Amino acid sequence: MTILHIENMNAFYGDFQALFGVSLNVEKEETVAIIGANGAGKSTFLRSITGLVINYADEFRYNGETLIGKPACDIVGLGIAMVPEGRKLFSSLSVEENLILGAYNRRQGNWTLDRVYQLFPNLEERKNIPGTALSGGEQQMVAIGRALMSNPDILLCDELSLGLAPIIIKNIYDVIPTIKAEGISLLIVEQDISQALAIADQIFCLQEGRISLSGKPDKLTKDQIAAAYFGRKRNND
Amino acid sequence: MIEWANTIIQGMLTGGLYAMFAAGLAIIFGVMRLVNITHGDLIVLAAFIGMVVIEATGFNPFLSLIVVIPIMFVIGYILQRGILNFTLGDDLLPPLLVTFGLSIVIQNVLLEIFSADSQRLKAGALETSSIELIEGISIGVFPVIIFFTAFLMIILLQQIFNRTRLGRAFRATSDDATTAQLMGINHKHIFGLAMAVALVLVGIAGMLMAIRSNFDPSIGPARLLYAFEAVIIGGLGSLWGTLIGGIILGIAQNIGAKIDPGWQILAGHVAFLVVLVFKPNGLFPRTRDD
Repeated sequence: MTILHIENMNAFYGDFQALFGVSLNVEKEETVAIIGANGAGKSTFLRSITGLVINYADEFRYNGETLIGKPACDIVGLGIAMVPEGRKLFSSLSVEENLILGAYNRRQGNWTLDRVYQLFPNLEERKNIPGTALSGGEQQMVAIGRALMSNPDILLCDELSLGLAPIIIKNIYDVIPTIKAEGISLLIVEQDISQALAIADQIFCLQEGRISLSGKPDKLTKDQIAAAYFGRKRNND
Repeated sequence: MIEWANTIIQGMLTGGLYAMFAAGLAIIFGVMRLVNITHGDLIVLAAFIGMVVIEATGFNPFLSLIVVIPIMFVIGYILQRGILNFTLGDDLLPPLLVTFGLSIVIQNVLLEIFSADSQRLKAGALETSSIELIEGISIGVFPVIIFFTAFLMIILLQQIFNRTRLGRAFRATSDDATTAQLMGINHKHIFGLAMAVALVLVGIAGMLMAIRSNFDPSIGPARLLYAFEAVIIGGLGSLWGTLIGGIILGIAQNIGAKIDPGWQILAGHVAFLVVLVFKPNGLFPRTRDD
């Protein structure tokens, strides 16, 4: 079953067009990774889905319901949650308040504070300190937990690995199977291609605002990906 | 000696009123990054609305608040959502210009309707009754009421900000309105509610001011100045800082007035400048960086 269906999406920052005719489907319980170089439009794409960037699409449906023209603040309530690039925790809220705020417009569901603390045990002992006083990895955990608190059907993750040490990235990605096991679909933007290939059922490569390659990770060759990523054939030397 | 103690206590009680003016301004700036130049005129507007309500209903000024508070709440929400939200953005200038314009509009509308005559709300014996603490120091009952109202309002606001869902939404929107939308928060609505809450405070402060001193349509800008000074003395760290800021301003003004009646306002400004020189971020600055 398709939960997110996007056809021919164009997105704009003022006069500047950042996405050109992007089409994509996310099936239920599927993990889709979007890769691409800096400035390829990956984050813009996620921000368009959540309504933060002005966009126009022929079709933009979530569970059959159109999202065209919906304001950002209504979208999370439908079951689309985002872990934004750079974590974006609220600095005047404690760790726990950040998590609680994730449930501001929550739907019915299973995610509670206790379950988030189960998923990330080291957050519980730090629940009363300001979110932004945590280490980068812990902040990422709060950002994921905060998104889960809204009981999403689909979780959009923007650069989970950004600015984190490899061991921390591994810790973060280790929870992805638990989240998938809840029946949550994932749409992940990642610059770290190996990480993306490891967990994705489907890969899309964005290049200068257009999809330059898509397919199942095991069907794509390294050369194909490099060409789509960098926009040219790789030299065979 | 006793006389000076008396001066300081009176000043402290006066400071409660300034703290209430300032707390509204601090909320508006804190949540929306909006410098509300029309704040003083809204205080005067509240006083006039109170006057009309009292004339129409025969309520005493305190009872009139049951009507004035909801009116100010609605005015705040509509003002924010209908006008001020459109001025917010990366540029600080549009909200300054628009609230400055609104200030002139409100002053002139009030002048047109109520004339330049000086008005005062009557609270009967309460206005003049006083309690003698010790020999030589007696404090007015009404200034004590003002001070404790300010104190209670600040406790109440702190509770709202720290403990409620709305308070979390206020703080989150203030930190990062874009990310707040990802939580399902409609920041425009939250801004409207923040202005509404600030104007409730303005309504109460305006009524207390109108009992304590004469008012006319032109006195708004001076109240704005006191509010600004109290906010800046206190810093933006907490509303308690705002209360301290109001108290310092009140004490300085009273000490100035004691030295020479003409120095009352000047002494307040001097105290403000002294704090600005030694503590440019105020006494209780905001610790987080933004």
